[in-house]
Amino acid sequence: MPFSCNTVGALVLRYVFLYTRHPVRFVELIFWPLVDLLVWGFLTIYLQKQGPAGLPSTITFLIGGMILWDVLFRSQQGVAISFLEDVWTRNLLNVFVAPVRTIEYVAATCLVGVLRVGVTLIVLTGVAALAYHFHLADLGIVLLPFLANLMLFGWFLGMVSTALIMRWGQAAESLAWAVPFFIQPLAAVFYPVSVLPVWLQPIANSLPCTPIFEGMRAVLAGHPVPWHQLGYAFTLNLVWGALAAWFFAANLRYVRKTGLLVKVATQ
Amino acid sequence: MTPILEADRLVKVFGATSALDGLSFTVAPGESLGLLGVNGAGKTTAMNLLLGLTTPTSGTVRIFGLDLWKHRIEILRQINFSSAYTSLPSNLLVWQNLTVFARLYRVPRPKQRIDALIELLDISHLRKAVTGKLSAGESTRVNLAKALLNKPRLLLLDEPTASLDPDIADRVRKLLRHLQAQDGLSILYTSHNMRDIEEVCDRLVFLHGGKVLTEGTPGEVQARFNRTSLEDFFIGVARGEIDAIGLP
Repeated sequence: MPFSCNTVGALVLRYVFLYTRHPVRFVELIFWPLVDLLVWGFLTIYLQKQGPAGLPSTITFLIGGMILWDVLFRSQQGVAISFLEDVWTRNLLNVFVAPVRTIEYVAATCLVGVLRVGVTLIVLTGVAALAYHFHLADLGIVLLPFLANLMLFGWFLGMVSTALIMRWGQAAESLAWAVPFFIQPLAAVFYPVSVLPVWLQPIANSLPCTPIFEGMRAVLAGHPVPWHQLGYAFTLNLVWGALAAWFFAANLRYVRKTGLLVKVATQ
Repeated sequence: MTPILEADRLVKVFGATSALDGLSFTVAPGESLGLLGVNGAGKTTAMNLLLGLTTPTSGTVRIFGLDLWKHRIEILRQINFSSAYTSLPSNLLVWQNLTVFARLYRVPRPKQRIDALIELLDISHLRKAVTGKLSAGESTRVNLAKALLNKPRLLLLDEPTASLDPDIADRVRKLLRHLQAQDGLSILYTSHNMRDIEEVCDRLVFLHGGKVLTEGTPGEVQARFNRTSLEDFFIGVARGEIDAIGLP
């Protein structure tokens, strides 16, 4: 029987119930990103006022970097936290003994990631426009492939985080938040790859998000859309996607073989 | 008649520990089979293997005549599971949880099915209750409602009456008997409560050290080992007295 959208829909429905029943959950989606935005926004204003001529207006890339980073982060969180919700509520066994394929479960968590990104993005772009006159939509049509690549990479990092938590149990649950930050210093979110030590640059360039942040800065500086960088990001995402899927599947096989899946689910 | 469930020479080794050592048994259509054993006998490992949560080191599981690992989704659609050690998401309302699982199991006309089960299990008053705030007895009945949503042909129950008071435990046993008689439901039942086994199970398989120590009706097992009750037999195994008698 093929992949079932109904099954994915049922799994997502659970999160819709959860978020609509507990509005306080939206704090997590809105509060922290807003704090980040305010900090980076005011820093941007401060930097623009420095020196006789101030810094160029392209300094607003700090706000753009922060918002796009949050897209990646929320997407990753959608996958990892959805899995943890099942662990925390001791519901994981119920899901794994239900007729749910692994790919349907992962797809549902990815879709939750999209919903989380949607909520956060709407709030952040609105506040950035009102408070700092930063309009993310000024990036133009290229914004869509930028967002798509970041969300894809977020999903893949989420799958890696989930696989690690399955393997190491709840003791490793902080990885759900930590994994994206392992790569942040190399992802060129707020500065170009060129400022990194030469030996770190190949690692930075192997991350699908790096060309996106580089591309965003280029577009904000008035340069043409770097389509070749987008193509490169997408290619990297294909490689990362394949690796993440393999890593997730291998770990799921391992935890089924060793009984760790049941241990994680009943801890 | 083809068994509903057929476990064939199941072996499960965790590192240096052998949890199951060639376990074989069957469940016939409409039969209620008790899986018994002292702690560490291999009941939970067997249950996890039968649910596809753990992969066997060797051996096969066939359910409805199909290999579990080749037809996992098809099989899982027709069975269900309830355990005293799992729970539905505590932060959702009872009707929300049942709705989610009804959709996962593709239950036709889910609302009517949920209403019918809520009526059957006498939990109408809990429909809008927060799942995490239910008492143990209420939680067990809600878990059973979830386990019956898809009208399973095979129901796996892991200590369903653990932590229930005698009244609720009695209601649960009667309900299971009723469902078995009415729908021809097959049940695989693990419990440490011998009364559960005597009342609910047609037959039992007693595990010891990952193997079948004995099997038969509760009365047959009791008589075979010259014990006054099933509980007496259980205690005999736990204290090593049955080994001293020797296997038949």
